[in-house]
Amino acid sequence: MNTLAEALSYPFFQRALIAGVLASIACGIVGSFVVVKRITSMSGGLAHAAFGGVGLGLAFGFSPWFGAVGFTLACALVLGAVYHKRPDALEPTISTLWAGGMALGILLVSLAAGPKPDLIGYLFGSILFVPRDYLWLVSVLDLCLLLGLGLLFKELQASVFDEAFAASLGVPTRWLFQLILAASALVIVVLIRVVGIVLVIALLTVPAIVARQWAESLPRMMVGAAAIGTVCTTGGLLASYAFSVASKADVPSGPLVILLAIGIYGLSSLAGALRNRRRNA
Amino acid sequence: MRSAGASDVPAIAIRDLHVRLAGEDVLQGISLDIPRGDFLGLIGPNGAGKSVLLRTILGQIEPSHGDVRIFGQRLEDARGVVSYVPQFADFDRSFPIRVCEVVLMGLLKHRGIFHRWTRGDREVAYNALAKVDLAHLGERQIGKLSGGELQRVLIARALAVGSEILLLDEPSASLDTRVAGRLYELLRELSSSHTLVLVSHDIGVMSKHVRNLACLNRRLIHHGPPELTSEALHLTYGHSVEEISHHHEGIET
Repeated sequence: MNTLAEALSYPFFQRALIAGVLASIACGIVGSFVVVKRITSMSGGLAHAAFGGVGLGLAFGFSPWFGAVGFTLACALVLGAVYHKRPDALEPTISTLWAGGMALGILLVSLAAGPKPDLIGYLFGSILFVPRDYLWLVSVLDLCLLLGLGLLFKELQASVFDEAFAASLGVPTRWLFQLILAASALVIVVLIRVVGIVLVIALLTVPAIVARQWAESLPRMMVGAAAIGTVCTTGGLLASYAFSVASKADVPSGPLVILLAIGIYGLSSLAGALRNRRRNA
Repeated sequence: MRSAGASDVPAIAIRDLHVRLAGEDVLQGISLDIPRGDFLGLIGPNGAGKSVLLRTILGQIEPSHGDVRIFGQRLEDARGVVSYVPQFADFDRSFPIRVCEVVLMGLLKHRGIFHRWTRGDREVAYNALAKVDLAHLGERQIGKLSGGELQRVLIARALAVGSEILLLDEPSASLDTRVAGRLYELLRELSSSHTLVLVSHDIGVMSKHVRNLACLNRRLIHHGPPELTSEALHLTYGHSVEEISHHHEGIET
């Protein structure tokens, strides 16, 4: 218990916990759309393509983060167009952006002059070193997502549930799909800084998949996913602190957050199976 | 009677319709008038172009020749007059959405983009659900419904749109005979206030309920009351009536 109190007394640890909560809110909202629309592989492709943008920024002398935002949004536009116009070409396009983005990023980073960001940092993030300004940025992102949701919820819900029907009533479903992809791209890029490429995909999908097993409506799924994400990031951070103190080694929080999320997914699936068996009995 | 001109205009008027998809002539010279209040069954073998015809009526497929009019209007001007009722089996039943939320989608055409559902909107949705006897299930998640119930929810959603014409694609597919029978009862009730076009493989059951039948196999083979000549069936399906009725008993039992 002492270890816990000690961890919570550090400002950097408090910032990490807040970052985890803010990231979970963004992931709960966007991840729920990604999961019900079955586009998790598209978000995985975007997360890896983002690294290509980082490389472009470093190579051409602009901010790597602007590079990542611009490049990932461009990839989202391409994926959105392919999704509707050439659905048969979607899988190859995702794989190309996925691998090509990473390859481009690694190559350009190695060629760039000056200090180089380390790849592990991009893969697993650095939630313990999140600057205060960044928390504001993620808060603004969360607010924008909530506002967009408040204004467009019924159209978004209809277009992910039954796109053909929504389109027949004049709902701009393609535009809304692009919006969902663009929001995923933004959330991914902003959160790579906090939790890394691997963890952003996990936080985007696993809490939403668990919430979907229990939620009766999309808003409840989002709230559930945000709550599960919060439990995972908080639990992962505390566990990493406790393990680090106990083993006197530097145990990273990212993998612990993911393993915790997967553990919750396993338990939830088991509980869901038991519930169904009881209902059918 | 001439002065009542509007009622003479067919609900759906199809003129010399040709549709080419991927180099194939899927529909060839279809001309068909479907009067207001008709209950038309559309039959034909797989690949006959039944779904293509429905999608052309909905304006989702561009004809290569000919045109479709809805109450005399072009398709672009008749948005929402025709509603499509998909097969329940095409839906992801685990989608986290409640029955009344599905039906509320029918109101999207009339409500602006930033509008939030009001109590009045929910009343419209529940009235539509009451017409298919499902008002008591409004707050259930769709996964907790049976197939027949979900199919009726999709019909209620089309009613909520306020469309006069409903196109139904195989609504009785994957339903057992008893549930399918109740669904046809419901459709027959609805046909007093709506124009219905129904695609089905289930010729026997369907011909008991529909007012007219159209047999399609890329061309329109037959259109008229549901007493089929063996010649029409042969032209539509390319094999003998015995085979069809045998096949069809197989489905029924």
